[in-house]
Amino acid sequence: MMPCAKPILTPLLSFIICILLWELTVRYSGWDKNIFPDPLTVLISMGELIRSGCLLKHTVASLFRVTAGFYLAAILGIPLGIFLGRNYTAALFFNPIINFLRPISPLAWIPLAMLWFGIGDQPAIFLIFLSSFFPIVVATTVAVQSINPTYFYVAANFDFNKYEVLSKIVIPAIIPSIVTSLRLTVTIAWIVVVAAEMIAVQSGLGYLILDSRNGLRMDYVMDAMIVIGLIGLFLDYIMRRLSNIESTVWATVER
Amino acid sequence: MGNILVKQISKEFCNRRHVNRDNDHLCPHGDVIPVLNKIDLEIKEGEMACLLGPSGCGKSTLLRIIAGFDKQTSGSLTINGKAVDGPSSNNIFVFQHSGLLPWMTVWQNVELGLRHIKNPEGKNHVILEYIQMVELDGFEHHYPYQLSGGMQRRAELARALAVNPDILIMDEPFSGLDFLTHMKMREEVVNMHQFLEKTILMVTHDIDDALIMGDRVVVFSNRPSEIKVNRRLDFSHPRIFEKNPELQDIRDELFLMLGVSYGV
Repeated sequence: MMPCAKPILTPLLSFIICILLWELTVRYSGWDKNIFPDPLTVLISMGELIRSGCLLKHTVASLFRVTAGFYLAAILGIPLGIFLGRNYTAALFFNPIINFLRPISPLAWIPLAMLWFGIGDQPAIFLIFLSSFFPIVVATTVAVQSINPTYFYVAANFDFNKYEVLSKIVIPAIIPSIVTSLRLTVTIAWIVVVAAEMIAVQSGLGYLILDSRNGLRMDYVMDAMIVIGLIGLFLDYIMRRLSNIESTVWATVER
Repeated sequence: MGNILVKQISKEFCNRRHVNRDNDHLCPHGDVIPVLNKIDLEIKEGEMACLLGPSGCGKSTLLRIIAGFDKQTSGSLTINGKAVDGPSSNNIFVFQHSGLLPWMTVWQNVELGLRHIKNPEGKNHVILEYIQMVELDGFEHHYPYQLSGGMQRRAELARALAVNPDILIMDEPFSGLDFLTHMKMREEVVNMHQFLEKTILMVTHDIDDALIMGDRVVVFSNRPSEIKVNRRLDFSHPRIFEKNPELQDIRDELFLMLGVSYGV
Protein backbone atom coordinates (compact mmCIF):
# COMPACT_ATOMS: atom_id res chain seq x y z
CA MET A 1 0.00 0.00 0.00
CA MET A 2 0.93 3.60 -0.42
CA PRO A 3 2.61 4.58 2.82
CA CYS A 4 1.51 8.22 2.74
CA ALA A 5 -2.07 7.67 1.59
CA LYS A 6 -4.37 10.15 3.26
CA PRO A 7 -6.58 8.59 5.96
CA ILE A 8 -9.64 9.56 3.94
CA LEU A 9 -8.47 8.04 0.65
CA THR A 10 -7.91 4.47 1.82
CA PRO A 11 -11.40 4.00 3.34
CA LEU A 12 -12.89 5.58 0.21
CA LEU A 13 -10.96 3.14 -1.95
CA SER A 14 -12.38 0.18 -0.05
CA PHE A 15 -15.91 1.46 -0.70
CA ILE A 16 -15.19 1.93 -4.39
CA ILE A 17 -13.83 -1.61 -4.68
CA CYS A 18 -16.94 -2.97 -2.95
CA ILE A 19 -19.26 -1.12 -5.32
CA LEU A 20 -17.23 -2.38 -8.27
CA LEU A 21 -17.48 -5.98 -7.06
CA TRP A 22 -21.21 -5.47 -6.56
CA GLU A 23 -21.63 -4.21 -10.12
CA LEU A 24 -19.59 -7.10 -11.53
CA THR A 25 -21.53 -9.68 -9.51
CA VAL A 26 -24.87 -8.33 -10.74
CA ARG A 27 -23.65 -8.17 -14.34
CA TYR A 28 -22.15 -11.67 -14.58
CA SER A 29 -24.20 -13.69 -12.06
CA GLY A 30 -27.25 -13.74 -14.30
CA TRP A 31 -29.57 -12.75 -11.45
CA ASP A 32 -32.61 -10.75 -12.35
CA LYS A 33 -32.19 -7.04 -11.61
CA ASN A 34 -35.43 -7.10 -9.65
CA ILE A 35 -33.89 -9.61 -7.29
CA PHE A 36 -30.40 -8.16 -7.11
CA PRO A 37 -30.40 -4.55 -8.29
CA ASP A 38 -27.19 -3.00 -9.56
CA PRO A 39 -25.55 0.09 -7.98
CA LEU A 40 -26.93 2.52 -10.52
CA THR A 41 -30.55 1.40 -10.09
CA VAL A 42 -30.15 1.65 -6.35
CA LEU A 43 -28.72 5.13 -6.70
CA ILE A 44 -31.58 6.27 -8.91
CA SER A 45 -34.23 4.89 -6.57
CA MET A 46 -32.38 6.52 -3.69
CA GLY A 47 -32.99 9.81 -5.50
CA GLU A 48 -36.70 8.95 -5.76
CA LEU A 49 -36.90 8.18 -2.05
CA ILE A 50 -35.13 11.39 -1.14
CA ARG A 51 -37.29 13.52 -3.44
CA SER A 52 -40.54 12.07 -2.13
CA GLY A 53 -39.40 12.85 1.44
CA CYS A 54 -40.05 9.23 2.31
CA LEU A 55 -36.46 8.45 3.26
CA LEU A 56 -36.12 11.48 5.53
CA LYS A 57 -39.37 10.67 7.29
CA HIS A 58 -38.35 7.08 8.04
CA THR A 59 -34.81 8.03 9.02
CA VAL A 60 -36.03 10.66 11.47
CA ALA A 61 -38.51 8.16 12.94
CA SER A 62 -35.75 5.59 13.51
CA LEU A 63 -33.30 8.11 14.90
CA PHE A 64 -35.92 9.44 17.27
CA ARG A 65 -36.59 5.99 18.69
CA VAL A 66 -32.94 5.15 19.07
CA THR A 67 -32.22 8.46 20.75
CA ALA A 68 -35.15 8.14 23.15
CA GLY A 69 -34.47 4.52 24.08
CA PHE A 70 -30.72 5.01 24.30
CA TYR A 71 -30.93 8.14 26.47
CA LEU A 72 -33.45 6.46 28.74
CA ALA A 73 -31.13 3.48 29.12
CA ALA A 74 -28.13 5.72 29.85
CA ILE A 75 -30.02 7.95 32.30
CA LEU A 76 -31.26 4.97 34.30
CA GLY A 77 -28.40 2.54 33.65
CA ILE A 78 -25.41 4.68 34.63
CA PRO A 79 -26.73 5.64 38.10
CA LEU A 80 -27.81 2.05 38.74
CA GLY A 81 -24.37 0.83 37.65
CA ILE A 82 -22.65 3.31 39.98
CA PHE A 83 -24.88 2.21 42.84
CA LEU A 84 -24.16 -1.48 42.21
CA GLY A 85 -20.45 -0.80 41.84
CA ARG A 86 -20.30 0.95 45.20
CA ASN A 87 -22.65 -1.31 47.12
CA TYR A 88 -21.47 -4.88 47.53
CA THR A 89 -24.74 -6.24 48.95
CA ALA A 90 -26.89 -4.55 46.31
CA ALA A 91 -24.64 -6.00 43.61
CA LEU A 92 -25.09 -9.49 45.11
CA PHE A 93 -28.84 -8.93 45.05
CA PHE A 94 -29.23 -7.45 41.57
CA ASN A 95 -26.48 -9.13 39.55
CA PRO A 96 -28.23 -12.50 39.15
CA ILE A 97 -31.37 -10.79 37.80
CA ILE A 98 -29.38 -8.58 35.45
CA ASN A 99 -27.29 -11.47 34.17
CA PHE A 100 -30.43 -13.54 33.72
CA LEU A 101 -32.22 -10.88 31.68
CA ARG A 102 -29.16 -9.73 29.75
CA PRO A 103 -28.80 -12.67 27.34
CA ILE A 104 -32.50 -12.61 26.41
CA SER A 105 -32.57 -10.94 23.02
CA PRO A 106 -34.60 -7.73 22.97
CA LEU A 107 -36.39 -9.23 19.97
CA ALA A 108 -37.83 -11.94 22.22
CA TRP A 109 -39.68 -9.16 24.02
CA ILE A 110 -41.50 -8.06 20.84
CA PRO A 111 -44.77 -9.94 21.50
CA LEU A 112 -44.97 -8.64 25.06
CA ALA A 113 -43.94 -5.14 24.06
CA MET A 114 -46.68 -5.00 21.45
CA LEU A 115 -49.30 -6.21 23.91
CA TRP A 116 -48.18 -3.80 26.59
CA PHE A 117 -47.59 -0.70 24.50
CA GLY A 118 -49.60 -1.30 21.32
CA ILE A 119 -48.32 -0.24 17.92
CA GLY A 120 -46.23 2.91 17.67
CA ASP A 121 -43.09 4.47 19.08
CA GLN A 122 -43.44 3.09 22.57
CA PRO A 123 -42.76 -0.62 21.98
CA ALA A 124 -39.79 0.24 19.74
CA ILE A 125 -38.35 2.60 22.34
CA PHE A 126 -38.89 -0.06 24.97
CA LEU A 127 -36.98 -2.63 22.93
CA ILE A 128 -34.09 -0.25 22.32
CA PHE A 129 -34.07 0.58 25.99
CA LEU A 130 -33.77 -3.13 26.80
CA SER A 131 -30.97 -3.62 24.31
CA SER A 132 -28.90 -0.77 25.77
CA PHE A 133 -29.82 -0.81 29.44
CA PHE A 134 -28.13 -4.04 30.53
CA PRO A 135 -24.82 -3.51 28.74
CA ILE A 136 -24.62 0.01 30.19
CA VAL A 137 -25.39 -1.20 33.73
CA VAL A 138 -22.83 -3.99 33.55
CA ALA A 139 -20.13 -1.78 32.03
CA THR A 140 -20.71 0.94 34.64
CA THR A 141 -20.65 -1.53 37.53
CA VAL A 142 -17.40 -3.05 36.34
CA ALA A 143 -15.90 0.40 35.75
CA VAL A 144 -16.73 1.50 39.29
CA GLN A 145 -15.44 -1.72 40.81
CA SER A 146 -12.14 -1.41 39.00
CA ILE A 147 -11.32 2.12 40.15
CA ASN A 148 -7.85 2.10 41.68
CA PRO A 149 -8.44 1.86 45.47
CA THR A 150 -5.66 4.39 46.03
CA TYR A 151 -8.02 7.12 44.88
CA PHE A 152 -10.49 6.25 47.62
CA TYR A 153 -7.69 6.42 50.18
CA VAL A 154 -6.78 9.85 48.81
CA ALA A 155 -10.43 10.86 49.19
CA ALA A 156 -10.54 9.65 52.79
CA ASN A 157 -7.23 11.32 53.52
CA PHE A 158 -8.52 14.69 52.33
CA ASP A 159 -11.78 14.33 54.27
CA PHE A 160 -14.08 13.97 51.25
CA ASN A 161 -17.75 13.53 52.03
CA LYS A 162 -19.92 11.03 50.14
CA TYR A 163 -20.98 13.56 47.54
CA GLU A 164 -17.38 14.59 46.87
CA VAL A 165 -16.29 10.97 46.52
CA LEU A 166 -18.96 10.60 43.84
CA SER A 167 -18.31 13.84 41.98
CA LYS A 168 -14.52 14.04 42.28
CA ILE A 169 -13.51 10.36 42.23
CA VAL A 170 -16.14 7.92 40.98
CA ILE A 171 -17.66 9.85 38.09
CA PRO A 172 -14.44 11.23 36.57
CA ALA A 173 -12.77 7.84 36.99
CA ILE A 174 -15.45 5.96 35.06
CA ILE A 175 -16.11 8.49 32.28
CA PRO A 176 -13.64 6.85 29.86
CA SER A 177 -15.17 3.38 30.33
CA ILE A 178 -18.67 4.84 30.05
CA VAL A 179 -17.81 6.49 26.75
CA THR A 180 -16.47 3.20 25.39
CA SER A 181 -19.54 1.32 26.55
CA LEU A 182 -21.88 3.92 25.05
CA ARG A 183 -20.01 3.62 21.78
CA LEU A 184 -20.54 -0.13 21.70
CA THR A 185 -24.12 0.12 22.92
CA VAL A 186 -25.33 2.69 20.43
CA THR A 187 -24.43 0.26 17.67
CA ILE A 188 -26.51 -2.47 19.31
CA ALA A 189 -29.40 -0.05 19.71
CA TRP A 190 -29.17 0.85 16.05
CA ILE A 191 -29.26 -2.83 15.07
CA VAL A 192 -32.28 -3.46 17.27
CA VAL A 193 -34.31 -0.48 16.05
CA VAL A 194 -34.43 -1.87 12.53
CA ALA A 195 -35.60 -5.26 13.76
CA ALA A 196 -38.16 -3.70 16.07
CA GLU A 197 -39.57 -1.53 13.31
CA MET A 198 -40.21 -4.53 11.11
CA ILE A 199 -42.85 -5.70 13.54
CA ALA A 200 -44.02 -3.14 16.02
CA VAL A 201 -44.49 0.07 14.02
CA GLN A 202 -45.59 1.60 10.72
CA SER A 203 -42.60 3.86 10.12
CA GLY A 204 -38.83 3.88 10.34
CA LEU A 205 -36.10 2.35 8.21
CA GLY A 206 -36.99 -1.17 9.35
CA TYR A 207 -40.55 -0.60 8.23
CA LEU A 208 -39.28 0.79 4.92
CA ILE A 209 -37.40 -2.45 4.32
CA LEU A 210 -40.39 -4.58 5.18
CA ASP A 211 -42.78 -2.47 3.12
CA SER A 212 -40.43 -2.47 0.11
CA ARG A 213 -40.12 -6.22 0.31
CA ASN A 214 -43.89 -6.54 0.24
CA GLY A 215 -43.86 -4.37 -2.88
CA LEU A 216 -40.97 -6.43 -4.28
CA ARG A 217 -38.79 -3.31 -4.57
CA MET A 218 -35.35 -4.70 -3.74
CA ASP A 219 -33.76 -1.42 -4.80
CA TYR A 220 -35.61 0.35 -1.96
CA VAL A 221 -34.57 -2.41 0.43
CA MET A 222 -30.94 -1.81 -0.48
CA ASP A 223 -31.38 1.96 -0.17
CA ALA A 224 -32.63 1.52 3.36
CA MET A 225 -29.69 -0.79 4.14
CA ILE A 226 -27.24 1.78 2.81
CA VAL A 227 -28.77 4.55 4.91
CA ILE A 228 -28.70 2.31 7.99
CA GLY A 229 -25.02 1.62 7.39
CA LEU A 230 -24.18 5.27 6.84
CA ILE A 231 -25.99 6.36 9.98
CA GLY A 232 -24.29 3.59 11.95
CA LEU A 233 -20.97 4.92 10.69
CA PHE A 234 -21.99 8.42 11.69
CA LEU A 235 -23.12 7.39 15.20
CA ASP A 236 -19.83 5.58 15.77
CA TYR A 237 -17.94 8.63 14.56
CA ILE A 238 -19.74 10.86 17.06
CA MET A 239 -19.05 8.44 19.91
CA ARG A 240 -15.42 8.18 18.89
CA ARG A 241 -15.14 11.94 18.98
CA LEU A 242 -16.43 11.77 22.56
CA SER A 243 -13.43 9.69 23.56
CA ASN A 244 -11.15 12.54 22.55
CA ILE A 245 -12.63 15.07 24.96
CA GLU A 246 -10.42 16.29 27.75
CA SER A 247 -12.03 14.32 30.57
CA THR A 248 -11.30 10.97 28.91
CA VAL A 249 -7.89 11.54 27.39
CA TRP A 250 -6.02 10.75 30.62
CA ALA A 251 -7.22 7.15 30.46
CA THR A 252 -5.90 6.49 26.97
CA VAL A 253 -2.48 7.97 27.65
CA GLU A 254 -1.88 6.83 31.20
CA ARG A 255 0.36 3.84 32.05
CA MET B 1 1.74 18.70 66.94
CA GLY B 2 2.67 15.40 65.45
CA ASN B 3 3.55 12.94 68.14
CA ILE B 4 2.94 9.34 67.10
CA LEU B 5 2.79 6.67 69.77
CA VAL B 6 2.51 3.02 68.73
CA LYS B 7 1.96 0.62 71.62
CA GLN B 8 2.03 -3.16 71.26
CA ILE B 9 0.47 -3.07 67.83
CA SER B 10 -0.08 -6.41 66.14
CA LYS B 11 -1.67 -7.03 62.79
CA GLU B 12 -2.89 -10.26 61.30
CA PHE B 13 -4.10 -10.83 57.79
CA CYS B 14 -6.45 -13.48 56.62
CA ASN B 15 -5.10 -16.03 54.19
CA ARG B 16 -8.19 -16.41 52.06
CA ARG B 17 -8.67 -16.32 48.34
CA HIS B 18 -11.88 -14.33 48.49
CA VAL B 19 -11.56 -11.59 51.00
CA ASN B 20 -14.88 -10.06 51.83
CA ARG B 21 -14.09 -6.42 52.13
CA ASP B 22 -16.91 -5.86 54.59
CA ASN B 23 -15.61 -8.20 57.29
CA ASP B 24 -11.90 -7.98 56.89
CA HIS B 25 -11.39 -8.44 60.62
CA LEU B 26 -13.19 -11.77 60.68
CA CYS B 27 -11.42 -14.85 59.49
CA PRO B 28 -13.82 -17.78 59.49
CA HIS B 29 -12.29 -19.93 56.77
CA GLY B 30 -8.58 -19.58 56.54
CA ASP B 31 -5.40 -19.29 58.45
CA VAL B 32 -4.11 -16.15 59.98
CA ILE B 33 -0.90 -14.57 58.76
CA PRO B 34 0.71 -12.54 61.52
CA VAL B 35 2.41 -9.50 60.01
CA LEU B 36 3.23 -7.18 62.86
CA ASN B 37 4.11 -8.55 66.26
CA LYS B 38 3.71 -6.21 69.23
CA ILE B 39 5.37 -3.17 67.76
CA ASP B 40 6.34 -0.36 70.12
CA LEU B 41 7.42 2.86 68.49
CA GLU B 42 7.40 6.49 69.41
CA ILE B 43 8.01 9.22 66.89
CA LYS B 44 8.38 12.65 68.37
CA GLU B 45 7.06 15.82 66.92
CA GLY B 46 9.13 17.14 64.05
CA GLU B 47 11.12 13.95 63.74
CA MET B 48 11.83 12.26 60.45
CA ALA B 49 11.74 8.52 60.96
CA CYS B 50 12.86 6.12 58.26
CA LEU B 51 11.53 2.58 58.36
CA LEU B 52 13.75 -0.12 56.87
CA GLY B 53 13.22 -3.81 56.57
CA PRO B 54 13.06 -6.80 54.27
CA SER B 55 10.42 -6.93 51.61
CA GLY B 56 6.99 -7.99 52.87
CA CYS B 57 7.81 -7.41 56.53
CA GLY B 58 4.86 -5.18 57.24
CA LYS B 59 6.45 -1.70 57.15
CA SER B 60 3.81 -0.46 54.76
CA THR B 61 1.09 -2.12 56.82
CA LEU B 62 2.23 -0.14 59.84
CA LEU B 63 2.14 3.04 57.76
CA ARG B 64 -1.38 2.29 56.61
CA ILE B 65 -2.49 1.68 60.18
CA ILE B 66 -0.95 4.97 61.30
CA ALA B 67 -2.65 6.73 58.39
CA GLY B 68 -5.97 5.25 59.47
CA PHE B 69 -6.48 3.26 56.25
CA ASP B 70 -6.24 -0.03 58.09
CA LYS B 71 -7.01 -1.22 61.61
CA GLN B 72 -4.60 -3.01 63.93
CA THR B 73 -5.64 -6.40 65.28
CA SER B 74 -4.52 -5.44 68.75
CA GLY B 75 -2.59 -2.71 70.48
CA SER B 76 -3.13 1.01 70.62
CA LEU B 77 -2.17 3.88 68.38
CA THR B 78 -2.38 7.49 69.41
CA ILE B 79 -1.45 10.64 67.57
CA ASN B 80 -1.05 13.66 69.81
CA GLY B 81 -2.58 11.63 72.63
CA LYS B 82 -5.74 10.83 70.70
CA ALA B 83 -6.64 7.37 69.42
CA VAL B 84 -6.70 7.11 65.63
CA ASP B 85 -10.09 6.07 64.28
CA GLY B 86 -9.68 6.76 60.59
CA PRO B 87 -7.89 8.82 57.96
CA SER B 88 -7.54 12.52 58.56
CA SER B 89 -6.08 15.47 56.71
CA ASN B 90 -3.77 15.97 59.69
CA ASN B 91 -1.65 13.09 58.46
CA ILE B 92 -1.29 12.94 54.71
CA PHE B 93 -0.18 9.78 52.95
CA VAL B 94 2.14 10.06 49.96
CA PHE B 95 1.64 6.97 47.85
CA GLN B 96 4.27 4.67 46.40
CA HIS B 97 2.69 4.76 42.96
CA SER B 98 1.25 8.06 42.00
CA GLY B 99 -1.69 9.02 44.18
CA LEU B 100 -2.42 12.04 42.02
CA LEU B 101 -5.90 11.93 40.56
CA PRO B 102 -5.15 11.46 36.85
CA TRP B 103 -8.28 13.31 35.68
CA MET B 104 -7.21 16.49 37.48
CA THR B 105 -4.48 18.95 36.64
CA VAL B 106 -1.64 19.66 39.04
CA TRP B 107 -3.55 22.77 40.15
CA GLN B 108 -6.76 20.83 40.82
CA ASN B 109 -4.86 18.13 42.67
CA VAL B 110 -3.19 20.64 44.96
CA GLU B 111 -6.58 22.26 45.48
CA LEU B 112 -8.04 19.00 46.88
CA GLY B 113 -7.03 19.67 50.45
CA LEU B 114 -7.92 23.35 50.32
CA ARG B 115 -11.62 23.03 49.60
CA HIS B 116 -12.48 24.60 52.95
CA ILE B 117 -10.90 27.95 51.99
CA LYS B 118 -13.79 30.12 50.87
CA ASN B 119 -11.87 33.14 49.63
CA PRO B 120 -10.81 32.22 46.07
CA GLU B 121 -7.96 34.71 45.99
CA GLY B 122 -6.45 33.38 49.19
CA LYS B 123 -6.86 29.84 47.94
CA ASN B 124 -5.17 30.54 44.61
CA HIS B 125 -2.34 32.16 46.50
CA VAL B 126 -1.77 29.07 48.66
CA ILE B 127 -1.97 26.72 45.66
CA LEU B 128 0.55 28.75 43.71
CA GLU B 129 2.84 29.00 46.72
CA TYR B 130 3.09 25.23 47.08
CA ILE B 131 3.38 24.63 43.36
CA GLN B 132 6.28 27.07 43.31
CA MET B 133 7.80 25.42 46.35
CA VAL B 134 8.17 22.14 44.43
CA GLU B 135 9.28 24.08 41.34
CA LEU B 136 6.35 23.09 39.19
CA ASP B 137 5.35 26.60 38.16
CA GLY B 138 4.52 26.53 34.49
CA PHE B 139 3.03 23.06 34.86
CA GLU B 140 -0.02 24.02 36.92
CA HIS B 141 -2.43 23.08 34.18
CA HIS B 142 -0.73 19.90 33.08
CA TYR B 143 -2.26 16.54 33.79
CA PRO B 144 -0.20 13.97 35.71
CA TYR B 145 0.37 11.86 32.60
CA GLN B 146 2.04 14.87 31.00
CA LEU B 147 4.64 15.01 33.78
CA SER B 148 7.76 12.96 34.39
CA GLY B 149 7.92 10.55 37.33
CA GLY B 150 9.87 12.98 39.49
CA MET B 151 7.51 15.84 38.71
CA GLN B 152 4.54 13.66 39.66
CA ARG B 153 6.10 12.93 43.06
CA ARG B 154 6.79 16.62 43.58
CA ALA B 155 3.21 17.49 42.67
CA GLU B 156 1.97 14.95 45.17
CA LEU B 157 4.28 16.43 47.77
CA ALA B 158 2.87 19.88 47.04
CA ARG B 159 -0.64 18.55 47.42
CA ALA B 160 0.25 16.95 50.75
CA LEU B 161 2.05 20.02 52.12
CA ALA B 162 -0.66 22.45 51.02
CA VAL B 163 -3.03 21.03 53.66
CA ASN B 164 -0.40 21.91 56.25
CA PRO B 165 -0.61 18.52 58.01
CA ASP B 166 1.32 17.77 61.18
CA ILE B 167 2.43 14.44 59.81
CA LEU B 168 3.57 13.30 56.41
CA ILE B 169 3.52 9.56 55.73
CA MET B 170 5.56 8.46 52.74
CA ASP B 171 5.56 4.93 51.37
CA GLU B 172 8.73 4.49 49.33
CA PRO B 173 8.41 7.95 47.82
CA PHE B 174 11.45 7.50 45.57
CA SER B 175 10.75 4.09 44.12
CA GLY B 176 10.84 3.98 40.36
CA LEU B 177 12.76 7.21 39.98
CA ASP B 178 16.03 7.34 38.10
CA PHE B 179 19.21 7.80 40.13
CA LEU B 180 19.64 11.55 39.60
CA THR B 181 15.99 12.36 40.26
CA HIS B 182 16.18 10.19 43.36
CA MET B 183 19.18 12.14 44.67
CA LYS B 184 17.50 15.45 43.94
CA MET B 185 14.20 14.46 45.56
CA ARG B 186 16.09 13.25 48.62
CA GLU B 187 17.71 16.62 48.98
CA GLU B 188 14.41 18.42 48.49
CA VAL B 189 12.64 16.35 51.12
CA VAL B 190 15.45 16.98 53.63
CA ASN B 191 15.32 20.72 52.90
CA MET B 192 11.57 20.70 53.18
CA HIS B 193 11.82 18.86 56.50
CA GLN B 194 14.34 21.32 57.92
CA PHE B 195 12.24 24.23 56.73
CA LEU B 196 8.76 23.06 57.74
CA GLU B 197 9.71 20.79 60.67
CA LYS B 198 6.93 18.32 60.06
CA THR B 199 6.84 14.86 61.52
CA ILE B 200 7.73 12.55 58.65
CA LEU B 201 7.36 8.81 58.56
CA MET B 202 8.99 7.21 55.57
CA VAL B 203 9.25 3.62 54.45
CA THR B 204 12.23 2.92 52.25
CA HIS B 205 14.24 0.04 50.89
CA ASP B 206 17.29 2.19 50.60
CA ILE B 207 19.62 2.06 53.60
CA ASP B 208 21.46 5.17 52.39
CA ASP B 209 18.19 7.11 52.13
CA ALA B 210 17.39 6.23 55.70
CA LEU B 211 20.80 7.20 57.05
CA ILE B 212 21.16 10.40 55.06
CA MET B 213 17.65 11.68 55.59
CA GLY B 214 16.39 10.33 58.89
CA ASP B 215 16.49 11.71 62.41
CA ARG B 216 15.64 8.18 63.42
CA VAL B 217 16.13 4.86 61.72
CA VAL B 218 13.92 1.90 62.54
CA VAL B 219 14.74 -1.57 61.24
CA PHE B 220 12.12 -4.30 61.06
CA SER B 221 12.77 -8.04 61.14
CA ASN B 222 11.19 -10.60 58.86
CA ARG B 223 7.49 -11.37 59.21
CA PRO B 224 5.95 -11.46 61.82
CA SER B 225 8.05 -8.40 62.28
CA GLU B 226 9.50 -6.88 65.35
CA ILE B 227 11.69 -3.85 65.65
CA LYS B 228 15.35 -4.85 65.57
CA VAL B 229 16.90 -1.41 65.66
CA ASN B 230 15.46 1.90 66.74
CA ARG B 231 18.13 4.52 66.72
CA ARG B 232 18.32 8.31 66.78
CA LEU B 233 20.62 9.83 64.16
CA ASP B 234 21.88 13.16 65.42
CA PHE B 235 24.20 14.05 62.59
CA SER B 236 24.24 17.43 60.93
CA HIS B 237 23.46 17.84 57.25
CA PRO B 238 24.90 17.44 54.69
CA ARG B 239 25.72 13.90 55.69
CA ILE B 240 28.55 12.28 53.81
CA PHE B 241 29.56 8.73 54.62
CA GLU B 242 33.21 9.25 53.71
CA LYS B 243 33.58 12.15 56.14
CA ASN B 244 31.62 10.63 58.95
CA PRO B 245 33.06 7.36 60.26
CA GLU B 246 30.31 6.88 62.83
CA LEU B 247 27.62 7.07 60.16
CA GLN B 248 29.66 4.72 58.03
CA ASP B 249 29.80 2.24 60.91
CA ILE B 250 26.03 2.32 61.31
CA ARG B 251 25.71 1.76 57.59
CA ASP B 252 27.98 -1.30 57.71
CA GLU B 253 26.00 -2.59 60.64
CA LEU B 254 22.66 -2.19 58.86
CA PHE B 255 23.91 -3.82 55.69
CA LEU B 256 25.11 -6.76 57.76
CA MET B 257 21.84 -6.94 59.65
CA LEU B 258 19.76 -6.97 56.49
CA GLY B 259 21.99 -9.69 55.12
CA VAL B 260 23.45 -7.92 52.12
CA SER B 261 26.80 -6.48 51.29
CA TYR B 262 27.41 -3.35 49.26
CA GLY B 263 30.90 -4.28 48.18
CA VAL B 264 30.38 -6.70 45.34
